[in-house]
Amino acid sequence: MRMEFVLEIARVVLYVVGILAFVGFNASYLVLLERKGSARFQLRHGPTEVGPFGLIQPVADAVKLLCKQILIPKNVDVILFFMAPILVLLPAILCMVTIPFGATIAARNFNLGLLMVFAFAAFNVFGILIGGWASHNKYANLAAARVVAQNIAYEIPTLLIVVAVVMVTGTFNLQEIVAQQAGGFWRWNILRLDLNPLQPVAFLMYFICLLAETNRAPFDMVEAESELVAGAYTEYSGMTFGVFFMAEYTNIVLGCCVATVLFLGGWQCPFGLVPGPHWFLLKMYALCFTVIWVRWSFPRVQFYNLLNLSWKILIPVSLANIILTALMLKVF
Amino acid sequence: MSLSAIKQKLAEIAVRSADAASPVPLAVDTAHAVRGTDLDVTVPPERVTDAARVLDEAAFMLESITGVDFIAEGQMEVVYDYTFTASGERVAIRARVPRAKPELPTVCGIHPGANWHERETHDFFGIVFTGHPDLIPLLLPEDADFHPLRKDYGA
Amino acid sequence: MSLDVQNLDRETFVVNLGPQHPATHGVLRIKLTMDGEYIVDAEPVLGYIHRMHEKMGENRSYAKFLPNMGRMDYVAALFNSHGYVAAVERLAGITVPERAEFIRVITCELNRVASHLLWLGAYLIDLGGFTPMLYAFDDREMILDLLEAVTGARLTFCYFRFGGVANDVDENFVSGTRVFVARMRSRMPMYEAFVSKNIIFRKRCEGIGVISAETCRRYGATGPVIRGSGVAYDVRKAEPYSAYPRFQFNVAVSDLCDNMGRYRVRVDEIVESLRIIEQAIDQLPGGPVMAEKVPRSLKPPKGDCYFNVESARGSFGVRVVSDATENAYRLKLRSPCLSNLHLFRECSRGMLLPDALAMLGSLDLVIPDIDR
Repeated sequence: MRMEFVLEIARVVLYVVGILAFVGFNASYLVLLERKGSARFQLRHGPTEVGPFGLIQPVADAVKLLCKQILIPKNVDVILFFMAPILVLLPAILCMVTIPFGATIAARNFNLGLLMVFAFAAFNVFGILIGGWASHNKYANLAAARVVAQNIAYEIPTLLIVVAVVMVTGTFNLQEIVAQQAGGFWRWNILRLDLNPLQPVAFLMYFICLLAETNRAPFDMVEAESELVAGAYTEYSGMTFGVFFMAEYTNIVLGCCVATVLFLGGWQCPFGLVPGPHWFLLKMYALCFTVIWVRWSFPRVQFYNLLNLSWKILIPVSLANIILTALMLKVF
Repeated sequence: MSLSAIKQKLAEIAVRSADAASPVPLAVDTAHAVRGTDLDVTVPPERVTDAARVLDEAAFMLESITGVDFIAEGQMEVVYDYTFTASGERVAIRARVPRAKPELPTVCGIHPGANWHERETHDFFGIVFTGHPDLIPLLLPEDADFHPLRKDYGA
Repeated sequence: MSLDVQNLDRETFVVNLGPQHPATHGVLRIKLTMDGEYIVDAEPVLGYIHRMHEKMGENRSYAKFLPNMGRMDYVAALFNSHGYVAAVERLAGITVPERAEFIRVITCELNRVASHLLWLGAYLIDLGGFTPMLYAFDDREMILDLLEAVTGARLTFCYFRFGGVANDVDENFVSGTRVFVARMRSRMPMYEAFVSKNIIFRKRCEGIGVISAETCRRYGATGPVIRGSGVAYDVRKAEPYSAYPRFQFNVAVSDLCDNMGRYRVRVDEIVESLRIIEQAIDQLPGGPVMAEKVPRSLKPPKGDCYFNVESARGSFGVRVVSDATENAYRLKLRSPCLSNLHLFRECSRGMLLPDALAMLGSLDLVIPDIDR
């Protein structure tokens, strides 16, 4: 009994450290990947000075952000101002708890894991809203108003798509969802055309929603630097901005993790051989790279077109997707 | 409207030359290659709006307003440069105002684009365009009380 | 999407866009009265980089003022120089040798291409697309290298002199320009595929920022702004100057009147400029590049004259008043950007902020040119 208790404590500590390390590593090295990737898209070299191929650059960035003064402008609501970045980062880290990186590698295997992920992911919008509101800056206020409209608009199709997937899998447990997709890439949910012929479309829509939910270009209405200076982050400096920045990348990683689990078979091998966490990471980073790729290829959409896309296209199609899934389940 | 028709209309507005026995209107055909304009008309300051109206009806575009300070003559000149976008003909309208009281009516009501040109001319010369809706400094600081392009401004 | 600002009874608020703002490309300030994200009134506030070039033109000799002309519209500096030297030449009655006129045309058109490329990149950044800028700058770099070799500068050129140009061009320039023209032609399909056909770009341009031809005329807007509204007004055709009458080229016009119209005009203009450059290089005559007997201290006869050139942004005009001394009595610099910006207030009413900024970007403003 005592031994089990100690082991349990050790396990918790290990996973907390592991998840924090994973999040920190990803946040810093995805920034490097983004800088290197965007440089390649743009005929540049990107960071090259710090370390070989600029590999130590994230450390330099972190040191710089940590050393910078944190400016507190006049008239800001100080408590909310500092709460906002934490509120954005913390739920994203919490969601990581339930992500199954491998058959046995998951901090906690919840039965309602998927529900938990989306419950916490919805917190993201509060953080940015509070930050934009507390900043006492007109650009930040405009961005705060935008983020609410945008996230509500995209939360709905995301959940509708996920509901359709859950109808197919019949479980909220992420481990089980992955386990069901074993045996080869034709068993992955994205290609389960026998269950729902719209599955690839659903994946595409999920990916669009992912971009919008994480406020990434071409849907970066919250930051929109050529319109709102830096949007909700205008008044943030030093590490307060750094935390927002980390949260953005953590959310991308999280979104890509969930997409991998739901559609791409998680840690399953595409050919049914040697499943393991390496497959998970490979798929997840391929999605992350696509997110970066999209950002450097498209200009920003107008806000009303963003909402039109959600309310007029994504929501009706995802509703149709649910009905089709239900029919397929009942009929076949 | 042809240039000669415009000239005829502007000649009615133009000031008459004072020297000769039979005064002629100061509406001069100028060689474009030499002066850059096709027609050069001097009008009395109070009638610039009439001239502007003639050119607006002929679909001319007001391109710029230039002030010149002729301090030796105690006068300031305002030159309105017009161009016709379809064929590139140019008309210059000139008006001379006394330096002591440099005032002439605004043409903002006819050419909205004159708004900033007049404000700029007011900045630099202190020429007052009466009836201008918003004659505050455009390029100079908002509390500027000097007119740098006047010849008696030391710099 | 637009708002009826006439019958607005809701609370509005004021936002200062600038003087430091990413979308204003310099120190332009726009006082926005807004209802949410809708613009009720947009009042540009100018003068943050006002340097009184016109006064400087009066208190130094004609030649000493030449470098100032590169500091107005620094993105297309050669056009300013061209307008100024041509106005003084017209007043002083100096005839420029043929070779010099050809070189002026070639360098000016290269500068126009460079300016439009810079606009293309900057405009995409205004719209939130970062990548095309680097490609545009890659091409622009070749032009700057070419111009650097003959003018000695990369941005604030001071190359034209009264009666000609400072240096003759050499064989390297001629061959380098040929290489550039061929390369730029081959790059145009890439820009079309990369930018013009991008669905988001088109959504942000088509039907957004409509400016009628009549509005352009009433405000004196020229250049790609008026040509994007369907008026084929180009000073190079309307009042042919320099060596332009010798070359075959079309005036790029678009009757779309929106952001896309102005975009199309500029892209088509790059192609037309390449045509002009190619013809001028092929026909480049020999001979001197400076007129003989241009006095060291130039004293044009008493009088005034006007000269305007088609700059990359529109009709750039110079009115010189001389009193037969070494210094100009009055030097008026008519900047195209001032008039182009002026219509923004009227046209942006009721627009959404991002759309209004997309329109502002499509006007291609260079703030030092507005403020002078």
